[in-house]
Amino acid sequence: MKLWKRLMCTCRRRSPWLFHMNSGSCNGCDIEFVAALTPRYDAEQLGVLLQGSPRHADILCVTGPVTRKAADAIKTVYAQAPGPKAVVAIGSCPATTNVFIESRTLEGPLGRHIPVDVFVPGCPPRPDAILQGVAKAAAILAERADHPPAAAPVIKPDAVEVQR
Amino acid sequence: MSLTTALARLLIFPGLLFAVPAAWFFLWVERKAVALMQGRIGPPFMQPFYDFIKLLGKDVPVREGIGGLLMKAWPLLAVSSAAGAVALLPVLPAQGGFQGDLILLLALLEVPSMCIIAAGFSSRSIFGEIGSAREAVLSVSYNIVFLLAILSIAVSQHTFRLEALAGLPATPLRWLGVAALLACLPAKLHINPFSLPNAEQEIYAGPMTEYAGHELAMWELAHGLEWVAATGLVATLAAPRFALWWLAALAFVALSFAVVLLLAVLASATARLAIDTTVRFYWHCTLIFAVLAISSALIMRFRS
Ligand code: SF4
Repeated sequence: MKLWKRLMCTCRRRSPWLFHMNSGSCNGCDIEFVAALTPRYDAEQLGVLLQGSPRHADILCVTGPVTRKAADAIKTVYAQAPGPKAVVAIGSCPATTNVFIESRTLEGPLGRHIPVDVFVPGCPPRPDAILQGVAKAAAILAERADHPPAAAPVIKPDAVEVQR
Repeated sequence: MSLTTALARLLIFPGLLFAVPAAWFFLWVERKAVALMQGRIGPPFMQPFYDFIKLLGKDVPVREGIGGLLMKAWPLLAVSSAAGAVALLPVLPAQGGFQGDLILLLALLEVPSMCIIAAGFSSRSIFGEIGSAREAVLSVSYNIVFLLAILSIAVSQHTFRLEALAGLPATPLRWLGVAALLACLPAKLHINPFSLPNAEQEIYAGPMTEYAGHELAMWELAHGLEWVAATGLVATLAAPRFALWWLAALAFVALSFAVVLLLAVLASATARLAIDTTVRFYWHCTLIFAVLAISSALIMRFRS
């Protein structure tokens, strides 16, 4: 049993499948995310594969500051990904809503809606940084027990609430 | 063939015990070859194994009713028929039984693709339905060529036993048939330029969109076993005969490997075609080719 658990740990760490979700980003982060998957950075060395369906994904990569329209969609997609799963927030937008901070069309940041495991800061972050974030998320995923309670958001929503 | 040897074939060689690692190996070779051609390092050797075990440990969404049961059944059916097809390949000499029966092999090779069609429709996902419809159209167009190619080989050499076929000397017609088979393999294995049914990203994941966890793992395994069975079929028809069994087995493995490499090169050198172009390709170019082959086979048969 213990051996099986250790094997499962290794396999989870070595085979992170990603699903890319855009929650209203300016597209800068998405371009960098796609760049991270190109042959130049060779993410497949880490076992990374971009999947078409959230049902196949282990790690959700979210970009953007979470607009009102996107908030429900994000919760749906998060629920559709089978556990154990991890979330990587790419860019400064999902962490703090960044330059869009006072916009009335936002319901961000991301931590208010789903638990986030890794934040990759930058506007936009470099592809290397995104890959590092994914590798870190894969390591977190490997350490998780079979059915983890939802991880606590790293940035508390109140901490970034602005005085309007 | 006694029951024990039949079971040994199904479970050990060339059945499950050999076929499952071979399936993972072929999946890895394909990904690695694509990576090398793109100038990167690519996935580690154990990658398909990691993926499989990881998928076994993931949750599966709860589905109720007959639809849920069917969705569980399709991947298992696909895996078992693909494994059966691999076990039928006449790598080792044997007499009697189902060993090397060409018609049964063709039927078993066809089951996984039907399972994919059924799976897409029973998942009730719009993307699954589009993928299934594409798979159905694709399999209608390439299967005619596929079957005609095999028929022409069988008719020209007067036998439907794969073993007897492998023992006979290769004729020019047989090479024509093997070439037609090779042209069908990319569509049968859903790789570029004919990766229409599962068209990653374009229609999410096609028929597999709703699958997760161990059911998805079974689909991956079925896909790998299809690789082994389809390349093995071509290797059996194209391999030269050797008196020593280990030399024959070696030639079989080497030829399958060569076919996998060839398909990987094709996959990395091309982009996905649209469905109408694909169907036109199979109906126009390859069908003429296959009809030529079977008509000349018939003529040869009546003249001899
Ligand atoms: S972090 Fe910067 S680049 Fe990324 S989505 Fe926000 S504004 Fe655009």
